[in-house]
Amino acid sequence: MSFRAAVITFPGSNCDRDMAVAIEQVSGSAPLRVWHGDADLPDGLDFIALPGGFSYGDYLRSGAMAANSPIMRSVKAAADRGVPVLGVCNGFQVLTEAGLLPGALMRNASQHFICRTVPLKVENAQSLFTSGYEAGETINIPVAHHDGNYFADDETLDRIEGEGRVAFRYAENCNGSRRDIAGVLNAEGNVLGMMPHPERAIEPAHGGTDGRRLFEAAIKAFA
Amino acid sequence: MKIRVLVSLKPGVLDPQGRAVHHALEGLGFEGVEDVRIGRTVELDVADGTSDEALDEMCRKLLANTVIENYRIEKVG
Repeated sequence: MSFRAAVITFPGSNCDRDMAVAIEQVSGSAPLRVWHGDADLPDGLDFIALPGGFSYGDYLRSGAMAANSPIMRSVKAAADRGVPVLGVCNGFQVLTEAGLLPGALMRNASQHFICRTVPLKVENAQSLFTSGYEAGETINIPVAHHDGNYFADDETLDRIEGEGRVAFRYAENCNGSRRDIAGVLNAEGNVLGMMPHPERAIEPAHGGTDGRRLFEAAIKAFA
Repeated sequence: MKIRVLVSLKPGVLDPQGRAVHHALEGLGFEGVEDVRIGRTVELDVADGTSDEALDEMCRKLLANTVIENYRIEKVG
């Protein structure tokens, strides 16, 4: 049975093709491409990816408009049924705005757009997305964002840390994120949001392949 | 009915933009500026009789992100 994934495209998404190529390279199956205005997702999905970009031009707040687009109701319903959902960069912002993940992504503390490869520490290597890594391992994944400064109140941070829901931390905090948080899981572990771009580290020509294991793990969990 | 919604960062949420503007004001020689916080104003023109509850829901669902922001609704005429 082939891996049936979908990549959602919002107006202003610009990493949707990269995400689709990465999923196809690792799984061998081209993902379905879904437009934000569609009310329904295709049936029988094994994986949903919300890509990076600048949906709706980051109007109001990054991810705020996309979080209220028709397709997100179906994404929420699928996440509730346990379908794995990965949000990268703008996709992470959309997931927090939609209430699928706690916290919010604010303007980088430096005010600068950051575009470079950063070291990440794998905090949780048990999830369906991260089981291909070792806990405590340092991996290198590119970031490219202006609003990646993770914020949640102390109580929420204590809770998600206590529940093992911090998937990745920045080994060097590049954007001011509280407690160096780079990626967060939902309580059930089937929704992951992260600012770094694993789909940009799939083959040696990208400069690194540390992102590949994330997709491999998700596909292994499906199999 | 004209409504003004003032969205501001919650106390304790770091405001890098406000900090940069604070720094710029000091650079221009203005003294005694204790703090700068940047928010957003949303002006709405809504049907007369739009309920307070509906306005509040608009703020909670879209205009403000209550994880990081507070909002205040003002009726301006």
